[in-house]
Amino acid sequence: MRIGWFYPIALLLVLGGAFATKHVDSNFVFYAGYVVLQFIVLATAWNILGGFTGYVNFGTAAFFAVGAYTTIALNKALGLPLLAIMPIAGIIAGLIGLAAGYFTLRLKGVFFSIATLALAVVLETAVANWGYVGGASGSYVIPPAEVPFFDNYIEGLFSLMLLLAVVAVGIARYIALSKIGRGFAAIRDDEVAAECMGVPTLRLKLIATTLSGALMGIAGAPYPFYVTYVEPTSAFSLTYAVNSIAMPLIGGTTTWFGPVIGAVLLGSLQQWATVTISSELNLLIVGVTLVAFVVLAPQGLVGLARKLFGRGGRTP
Amino acid sequence: MQCFSGTRRWALKLAAAAFAGTLAFAAPAQAEKPIKIGFSMALTGGLAAAGKAALIAMEIWKDDVNAAGGLLGRQVEFVYYDDQTNPSTVPGIYTKLLTLDNVDLVVSGYATNMIAPAMPIVMSRKMVFMSLFGLAVNEKFNYPNYFQIMPAGPNPLTDWSKGFFDIAAAQNPKPTTVALVGADAEFARNALIGARENAAKAGFKIVYDKTYPPPTADFSPIVRAIQAENPDVVFVASYPPDSAGMVRAINEVGLKTKLLGGGMVGLQFAALMGKLGPSLNGIVNYDFWVPEPTLKFDGVEAFLKKYQEKAPAAGVDPLGYYLPPYAYAYLQVLGDAVKAVGSTDQQKLADYIRSHTHKTVVGDVSFAPNGEWATPRALMVQFQGINDSGLEQFTKAGARVVLWPEQWKSGTLKYPYAQ
Amino acid sequence: MLDLFLNAIAAGILLGGFYAAMTVGLTISFGQLDIVNIAHPAFIVLGSFCTFVLHEHAGLDPLLAGVLLAPAFFCIGIGVYSVYYGSFERRGDESLRGLAFFFGIMFILEVLLIMTFGVDYRLVETSYIGESIKIGVIGLPFRMLVPFLAALAMAGGIYLYLSKTFTGRAILAVAQDRLALQLMGADPVRTKQIAFGIGLGTAAVAGSLLIMLGPVEPSVGRLYIGRIFAIVVLGGMGSIGGTIVAAIILGVVESMVATFYGPSWSPAVAFGFLLMTLAIRPSGLFGR
Repeated sequence: MRIGWFYPIALLLVLGGAFATKHVDSNFVFYAGYVVLQFIVLATAWNILGGFTGYVNFGTAAFFAVGAYTTIALNKALGLPLLAIMPIAGIIAGLIGLAAGYFTLRLKGVFFSIATLALAVVLETAVANWGYVGGASGSYVIPPAEVPFFDNYIEGLFSLMLLLAVVAVGIARYIALSKIGRGFAAIRDDEVAAECMGVPTLRLKLIATTLSGALMGIAGAPYPFYVTYVEPTSAFSLTYAVNSIAMPLIGGTTTWFGPVIGAVLLGSLQQWATVTISSELNLLIVGVTLVAFVVLAPQGLVGLARKLFGRGGRTP
Repeated sequence: MQCFSGTRRWALKLAAAAFAGTLAFAAPAQAEKPIKIGFSMALTGGLAAAGKAALIAMEIWKDDVNAAGGLLGRQVEFVYYDDQTNPSTVPGIYTKLLTLDNVDLVVSGYATNMIAPAMPIVMSRKMVFMSLFGLAVNEKFNYPNYFQIMPAGPNPLTDWSKGFFDIAAAQNPKPTTVALVGADAEFARNALIGARENAAKAGFKIVYDKTYPPPTADFSPIVRAIQAENPDVVFVASYPPDSAGMVRAINEVGLKTKLLGGGMVGLQFAALMGKLGPSLNGIVNYDFWVPEPTLKFDGVEAFLKKYQEKAPAAGVDPLGYYLPPYAYAYLQVLGDAVKAVGSTDQQKLADYIRSHTHKTVVGDVSFAPNGEWATPRALMVQFQGINDSGLEQFTKAGARVVLWPEQWKSGTLKYPYAQ
Repeated sequence: MLDLFLNAIAAGILLGGFYAAMTVGLTISFGQLDIVNIAHPAFIVLGSFCTFVLHEHAGLDPLLAGVLLAPAFFCIGIGVYSVYYGSFERRGDESLRGLAFFFGIMFILEVLLIMTFGVDYRLVETSYIGESIKIGVIGLPFRMLVPFLAALAMAGGIYLYLSKTFTGRAILAVAQDRLALQLMGADPVRTKQIAFGIGLGTAAVAGSLLIMLGPVEPSVGRLYIGRIFAIVVLGGMGSIGGTIVAAIILGVVESMVATFYGPSWSPAVAFGFLLMTLAIRPSGLFGR
């Protein structure tokens, strides 16, 4: 019964999005929508590790950039199309997630956080020195003039990202409702107790880091086609880390739909602010909402709603 | 459930809003509506110092034009958004400018990273694209309606440092060895590529060729490593914070070389020049405009006067020699083309801009087929006779004398670089 | 060659001293109190800008300005910790949300600086900047030497305070055993407030050193986050002496790599070092 409604709606959404590309005149919706969808994927991916198990990843940008640079390298070396690159980007980013987790997850949680931060710096340095993908001087990816099924490439990218967002949310939802999800929650609440109860904590955490990293990598793969010019500073921008942390926290970290709500709200707000306020106040949005939420609404919007409607909300 | 329908509702709303938007713009045009020029500009983030200065210059141009009756009898209006120095905001901004704001003309934001992401969108609408300090952006796109105002020349990567190596090669006895050092970032890496080529062409032996990452807090190990190779010429491609760090370390270590400088960004800015003061003496560096008698183009001083009145309030470069005249000039080229063509027909504008020489506050500008300046004018200037940290001395001729190109030369090189 | 080697070591040690000044506050807040204050570098940059104002408009020496600012930062620290305690620590969910809180603070600080000062680079110039002394073949620029000595003095002072005074010892104890501390008659919240305040106080001084070294703009703090957290971990999470040694090791490694191999790899080497430490000896070089 509970599984029943999700997939039809997800399918409808994707079809609806693809349909919209034929019937909305301004591509601005797709450019803005692409960014919001990208943040849904990143926030959901971050939350699989951060929200479900409680391990904070500061290195979203690193995984994202691994995806982006996989595209640049493979596109240059083999001329592969984006669709073929995306799974490879996922595998590479996933393996990096696995390695980072393997080395640090046996330690206290905060070491993992710092290791992810360090990972971002190491990878950025490596990319900046890797001449083949343009190094620090950056690299151009010219989007194809024609894309099958769509009028132009941004509609294709938008639909692709929409599909990816639905898949990512589907995975998060599957985890949240399955045995793995209960294992994750046990780790978050009390890792030692979980270990004693026979929960395979290290294995579960590795699943989470791998999956989370892989999804971030896949989300980064289309980025070069979106911006056409990639250089390390922007690909490894701290904005990705901040947003992917702020969005789940605003929505609510313990559920699969919290990050989606957070990403949609904060992501749209930022897109809207970019073309309206257009000033320094713009940057204040992420910071102020983030601080306001963690201080005033620690369970995010989901927690607030539960409190208001009294559906078994956890009192803080 | 609730939440997912929320997503859908949001998407529908956006779609509806967009639909309403297109309806609104389909309304019949009024006769005297203003000419709208759209662009993104870095008003926050890493490039904001330059972006804000550029915006001031652009607004001065707008006021000048409007005071003189506007373009084609219509007032000029800007529609611009802050790109936050974040390239991923740029495609959305230009799409909005062209499809929802229905601007008549677009120009670029500041610098390569923010220009390239706009290219596919501008190209798909076949708009004329005046570009502000993009380094070799068009090499990959080959877009015929792209025009870039930075005077780097038709081969920007090599022309950039050509003057520096020409000067070096002209000395007697001719220097033999060169050290190249630069930052791990877009401009510096590209400048080094060009420098490498120029050094090879001039027959210098490259004895040191390294880059350093941001943030480098102390440059003295790098300067010492360079000194250990004893190069005759040291070419530096650096960003403002590292330029300052480099200059200080060079003075502290006492680097002994004959010619020093080249591509140091930041030594053109009042804030850095003022603080570094006498330690700048002898450095030969690129620049785009300095108050030397050979470069007093029509209107540039009037423009700078207006700019310098507005700059303190905005907290941007108080002198504004480097970027602002060019930010004024790239609109001047576009505006004059609109006047000459008599419409905003993009193809006619592009043809006009390509085939004419334009009189601007930065002198006569004509474009090569790839949209860069037809003749390079990346000046090589030498700091001379700087006594203290006062800003006043930089507003007078003689503090930064032009050595190259020959046409604009205003002084003689003090050689070798002395401590 | 020997000249180069000795100078690389000397420059590395001085650089390490500067890193230590930036890190020592975090050693207290993160290492000892377990508060992951990711906004620490942003506070340092705030210190730089305040120093700039005092230097430019009141003509104060940057270092003196930093020292005068420290009490103000101490008070800010007490305020920040109070919010942090009330919102997170008391509820017992400081890890995830507390991190996010400081992330948000960092962004807010950055934007406030941009709104007040604009985004231009600021730097200070004093009579001793640009001068250096020579000891044999080794040249020591004052621009690096002053921060190094200031860092040592600051770290030494904090070390003495922590080991000799009652409050200081309470700070050392609070991370280990709250209950015992209460039995001793010290208020753990008050103790942590003071400790966090001291941590931020050092950010004011570190800020004045940062602007002495080179130009500062509002978002430069981000670039240092990784480095200073790495030093805290390497130094064994909370040991003042360990922090200094770790900072100097990092400084020397960076300086050596910059001199002999190529500066562009120096951060990777530093962080590779950190990752290896985490994998092999997770309690840091000087872990308890």
